[in-house]
Amino acid sequence: MKWCVIKIFQRLFAITAVIGIVAVGMCPATTEASQRLASIAGIGDVMASQSVSESVRILEVGDQKEYTRIADALSAASDGDTIRIHTGTYREHGLTVDRRVAIFGVGRPVIDVEEKGEGIRITAGNVHIEGLEIRNVPTSHSRDLAAIRFERVSGGKVIGNILDNTFFGIYLARSHDMEIRDNELRAYQTRESVSANGIHLWNSDRAVIKGNVVIGHRDGIYLEYVQESSIHNNHVEKNIRYGLHFMFSDDCIYHDNRFENNGAGVAVMYSRRVIMKHNEFVNNWGAASYGLLLKEITDSEIFENEFSGNTIGIRSEGSDRVKKYRNRFHRNGWAIRIMASSMDNLITENNFIDNAFDVSTNSRQQSRNRFEANYWDKYSGYDLKGDGFGDVPYRPVRLFSLIVERNPMALMLLRSMFVQILDLTERVMPTITPETLVDEKPLMREVRL
Amino acid sequence: MIGKILKYQLRDVIRSRWVIAYVLFFLVLTDILFRFGGDGLRVASSMMNIVLIVIPLASIVLGAFYLYNAREYIELLLCHPVKRHQLFWGMFLGLALPLVAAFSGGVLLPYLYNAASAEAWRAALMLVFTGSMLTVIFVAIAYYIALRFDDRIKGLGLALIICLFFTIIYDGIILFVIYIFSSYPLEKPVLVLSLLNPIDLGRILLLLQFDISALMGLTGAVFREFFGTALGMAISLASLLLWLAVPVIAGFRRFLVKDF
Repeated sequence: MKWCVIKIFQRLFAITAVIGIVAVGMCPATTEASQRLASIAGIGDVMASQSVSESVRILEVGDQKEYTRIADALSAASDGDTIRIHTGTYREHGLTVDRRVAIFGVGRPVIDVEEKGEGIRITAGNVHIEGLEIRNVPTSHSRDLAAIRFERVSGGKVIGNILDNTFFGIYLARSHDMEIRDNELRAYQTRESVSANGIHLWNSDRAVIKGNVVIGHRDGIYLEYVQESSIHNNHVEKNIRYGLHFMFSDDCIYHDNRFENNGAGVAVMYSRRVIMKHNEFVNNWGAASYGLLLKEITDSEIFENEFSGNTIGIRSEGSDRVKKYRNRFHRNGWAIRIMASSMDNLITENNFIDNAFDVSTNSRQQSRNRFEANYWDKYSGYDLKGDGFGDVPYRPVRLFSLIVERNPMALMLLRSMFVQILDLTERVMPTITPETLVDEKPLMREVRL
Repeated sequence: MIGKILKYQLRDVIRSRWVIAYVLFFLVLTDILFRFGGDGLRVASSMMNIVLIVIPLASIVLGAFYLYNAREYIELLLCHPVKRHQLFWGMFLGLALPLVAAFSGGVLLPYLYNAASAEAWRAALMLVFTGSMLTVIFVAIAYYIALRFDDRIKGLGLALIICLFFTIIYDGIILFVIYIFSSYPLEKPVLVLSLLNPIDLGRILLLLQFDISALMGLTGAVFREFFGTALGMAISLASLLLWLAVPVIAGFRRFLVKDF
C-alpha cells in the first residue's frame, strides 16, 4: 500500500515537471509575439521597430510602379528600406545612396549613365547592391568616375552586378569590411591613358573580392593601402596593364584566381606578408610582360600556382624572404628572373618544364637565394643512392642566359648549335655563371601537385 | 630526257640502302619523341634541333660523295647523245628529291598515325618545309664543290668546313659582333646577318612558328615584327630562294663547260 502511494506521487511529479518545461519553453515565443504586436502598435523598442520596418517597407521602382525613377525612390527611402528595381532601362546618373538601404535588381534592370557622369555613389554603411547592370560611364581625366563608388563607409555588399563599358568599375575609397562578389566588369578601351581600373580599392581594409570577372580595364583589380583583404576565385583577363596591381597592401591573401593575357601580368609591389596560392598566371606575353612581378615584397609565400606561357614567370626585384614552393612553371620564356637586389628567398619543390630559360639573374656574385629540391626538366644527372634526389647539383643559370642579360640582341641565337656548345662547356667547367646559384639536390621526378 | 635520267637515278638511289636508313632515322626519332613527349608541338620543337644540325651535314656530305662516285657514270652518259643540262638536272633532282621525300616521310608519318592537332601539323609542315629547303640548298652547294674540285679529299674537307661554318662558326661571329657593337642599335644589322645564313634563317623561321619568340620579350618582338609581316616573310623566302639559286646556277654553269 505504502509502496503504491509513493509510486503515484512519483508519476504526478514527473507530469508536473514536463508541463513546467514546456511552459518555460513557450514563454519567449509569447513575449516575442506580444512585442511584435506592440511594435506594430507603435510602442515597441528600437530594435524591434527596425526589424519590422525592414520587412515592411519595400519601394518598387519600374514602369507603372510606385516610382519610375531610381533617384526618387532613393530620396524617399529611409534606413533599412529595400528598393526593388524592375526590368527596364533607366537613363539616370549621379545617384547617391546616403541611407542604409538594400537595392535589388529584378530581372536585371539597366542603368544607362549615357556618358554623363558617375553611376551610384554610396556614402552610407551596410548598403547592399545586387543584380543591376550599369553602362557607359565616361572617361574623365580630372575625376575618378565609377559605376559604383563607396566613399568613407564601413560594411556593404556588391553582388552579381554587370558593369559594361565603364571607366572605373567598382571604386572603394576609405571603405572597410566590404564584400564584392560575382560581378562582371567589362571595358573596351585600348589605351592605358583613357582607361581605368575594374575594381579599385584605396585605403580600404578587410575587403573580400571573390568570383568576379574583369575584362579590358587598365588594371583588373587595383589595391592601394589595403590591409587584410582576400581576393579569390576571380577571372581577370585582357586588361591593358596589370591583371592585379597591389601597392602598399600588407597581410593580404589571393588565391584561386586566373590571370590571363593581361598586358603586363600581375604586379605586387611594396607589401609585406602577402600570400599567393592556387592562382593561374597564363599567357601574359609581350616585350615587358610577366606572370608575376614582385617588387619590394617581403615575408610572403607563393605556392601551388601555375605559371604558363608567360614571357617571364616571376620577376623578383628587391624582394626578401619570399618562399616559393610547389609551383609549376611551364612553357615560359624565363621561368624565374631573380635580380641581385633580392635576397634570402627560398625556392623549393617547384616544377620547371619546357621553359626557354629556367632561371636568370643579373647578379655575378654569390647568390643570396636558396634553390633546393626542385624538379628541372633539363637536369641530366643520376641518382645512384636512390633517394629521389640527383647526386650531381644542377645549375639553372645557363651561360647563354647571362649573355642575353647583358646583350638582349644575342637572343636571336637561341637554340643555335654554337650556343648549345657554349652552354655545355660552361656546364662542365663553370667559370662565369654564379657559382652558388645551384640546386644541390634536384629532384629526379616531378613534384605531384 | 630529264625524266629518263631522273628515273634511272631514283632507281639507283633507292636500290642503295642509305636512303632507307635516312627515312628510318627520322621515322624512329620522331616516333620515339612522340612516345616520350606526347604532343606534336613538343615533338616538332625537339626535332627542330636535329633538323638544323643533321640535315645540312647529311645533305652536303651525301651530295659530294654522290657526285664523286657518279663520275664514271657521268662520263659514260656524256659519250652518248645526252644534253649536258639535261644530265645535270637529272643528277641534281635525282639526289635532292629522294632526300626531301625521305626526310618529309620520316617526320610526317608519325604525325599521321598519332593524329596530331592542327596546330602541331602546322609546326610539322613548317619544319618539313625548312628542312626540305636546307636539303636542296646543301645538295646544291655540295654539287658545286664536287664539280669545282676534282680532288675528293679536298672537296669533302671543304664541304665539311662549309657545313661547320654555317652551323657553328657563323653564330660565333654574330655573337662577337653583338658584343663589340653592344652600345649601338643592332636590330637591323643582326636581322641582315641572319638572312645571310640559311641555317640561321631556318632556325628563326621555326622559332617564330613555335611561339617561343613571343615569350622572348623585346628582342623576340623585334624579330616577330619583321618576320611576321608579309614583307618580312617575302624577304626571308626570297633570301632562302637566293641561297638555293646561287649554288645551283654556279654548279650548272660549271657542269656545262667542265672537262670530265
